[in-house]
Amino acid sequence: MNEHRGHAVGYWKANLQLLLTLLLVWFAVSFGAGILFVDFLNQFSFFGFKLGFWFAQQGAIYTFVVLIFVYVYKMNALDKRFGVDED
Amino acid sequence: MDVQQLTFIIVGLTFALYIAIALWARAASTNDFYVASGGVPPVLNGMATAADWMSAASFISMAGLISFMGYDGAVYLMGWTGGYVLLALCLAPYLRKFGKFTVPDFIGDRYYSQTARTVAVVCAIFISFTYVAGQMRGVGVVFSRFLEVDIVTGVAIGMAIVFFYTVLGGMKGITYTQVAQYCVMIFAYLVPAVFISLMLTGHVLPQSGFGATLTDGSDLYLLQKLDQVSVELGFAEYTSGSKSTIDVFFITCALMVGTAGLPHVIVRFFTVPKVRDARKSAGWALLFIAVLYTTAPSLAAFARINMIDTINGQNMQGTNYQQAPEWIKNWEKTGLIAWDDKNQDGKMFYAGDERNEMSVDRDIMVLANPEIANLPSWVIALVAAGGVAAALSTSAGLLLVISTSVSHDLLKRNLMPSISEKAELGYARIAAATAIVIAGWFGIHPPGFVAQVVAFAFGLAASSFFPAIIMGIFSKRMNNIGAVSGMVTGIVFTASYIVFFKFIAPELNSAEYWLFGISPEGIGTLGMLINFGVAFTFARFTADAPHDVQHMVENIRYPKSE
Repeated sequence: MNEHRGHAVGYWKANLQLLLTLLLVWFAVSFGAGILFVDFLNQFSFFGFKLGFWFAQQGAIYTFVVLIFVYVYKMNALDKRFGVDED
Repeated sequence: MDVQQLTFIIVGLTFALYIAIALWARAASTNDFYVASGGVPPVLNGMATAADWMSAASFISMAGLISFMGYDGAVYLMGWTGGYVLLALCLAPYLRKFGKFTVPDFIGDRYYSQTARTVAVVCAIFISFTYVAGQMRGVGVVFSRFLEVDIVTGVAIGMAIVFFYTVLGGMKGITYTQVAQYCVMIFAYLVPAVFISLMLTGHVLPQSGFGATLTDGSDLYLLQKLDQVSVELGFAEYTSGSKSTIDVFFITCALMVGTAGLPHVIVRFFTVPKVRDARKSAGWALLFIAVLYTTAPSLAAFARINMIDTINGQNMQGTNYQQAPEWIKNWEKTGLIAWDDKNQDGKMFYAGDERNEMSVDRDIMVLANPEIANLPSWVIALVAAGGVAAALSTSAGLLLVISTSVSHDLLKRNLMPSISEKAELGYARIAAATAIVIAGWFGIHPPGFVAQVVAFAFGLAASSFFPAIIMGIFSKRMNNIGAVSGMVTGIVFTASYIVFFKFIAPELNSAEYWLFGISPEGIGTLGMLINFGVAFTFARFTADAPHDVQHMVENIRYPKSE
């Protein structure tokens, strides 16, 4: 039981760490690049876009999609490593 | 064949498809009716979630809205997609593991309290009704514009279709019709966008045409030209907005968090077989949503350039009304566009200052786009079918939440716990039917406040459900007193702020009177913070959650069942 508990705690910690890392990126591309630093980034151009504007209306959304799939992939690996995967 | 006949045929075909699916996917048990027996493959669930999520407003109004807001439109684009990251990472997998039917189920069990359950049920019903009224109206509007039947008939037809597959099939019927509706809707959205992108920039993908040079020989980037023209006409630069940074921040956050807290979205993750599938399914959902949400801002920019060019002419002197293209005269009849020749020169002119002679409704940007771009009439018919699909899919999802809240949360789990499954299923069907009738009534007699209360739905979801669920998963010790007091303060604060500025003193609804410059649309974010603060303070000074509840929380954190 104790071993099982230690195991479970390790899994939860690893999960939280992954979660915080991904949420940091989530915050950085949307609230960071798209809102707080939009004026600063707008002095750079990215194809025909101002960079900050691109993040706000396109880039953030693409990043969101990638983030979820990275999470799925990493969590599946984590589930396997700690032996908590289903079936 | 004229446009109207084509529209009848295409819309009729899609309806036949929805009904066929409904007959095939009948619900036999409450488990079928509430969560499609948890047997929906993740990709299909993702598609159904996307259709559920993208409403008549996303389909018809959003691109137009962005087109008039420029950069500020980003609040919707990021706000209505970013919430899926929160859902996938912080809510969906754990709620799937919890494995019941509804959000009030989770709140009630996790906080071992009927009060918490009741607060949650009331919020779920209120949020869903707010939303569904707008959808039914959307069906009516599309019908009346494209098929020239009156709004009442349009709403009645829409009600009949939704009635058929919701009452018969419950979640199972809804899910598979939503998959079909997603396909219809996205095809109808992309076809005109691709055509227009090709016309203006030579790019097939609207997303890359958005950042490309124009093919009109000017060698300017589309957005450069748009910025120039906007300034010349007395508008703000298209790529910089007019809202304050703090307001953009708070609105975006309220929409994201609100999305993650909306019951009709959350409940979709109860329908997949496994925890793993819940995660994956959120990814697919966002991918399918992103297809429309990255096209919308491109379409917004194209439509704006097109509209300004058509009305003001290439030389920016105004176009003679006599030579105006057919679509302007067509849509004038609907009142969506109007011209008032103030300087009596017989020319139309659109501007952001005193030179302006046009009033343009934002909905025209999507609805009239195929005509503005001279696309064949089957495309126009397709857009009508897409608008109806968007409205129907969202209404069905919301109606199901209402019916489940009544039959399951209110009756089975609260008032009459001893009813049989068969009786519960019967009540679920009656509740769904009643909800459709009420929603239809709202669609025919829309309360003037529909547009005003959308802020409500997101604000309430953000300030009540989201914090309560997050704390329920990530804080084992959070107890009933903390959670309930947090929810109640969050809701009361958010609701009073919105009611004050929208209903009691609308004349004060401007930045100088707002708290920290936050508009009522963004106040849910502050409500959420208050909820968290109050909950943790109260929980600190009261007993921790009991052991069996802590054990349950432990259990939902690990995918493997014990």
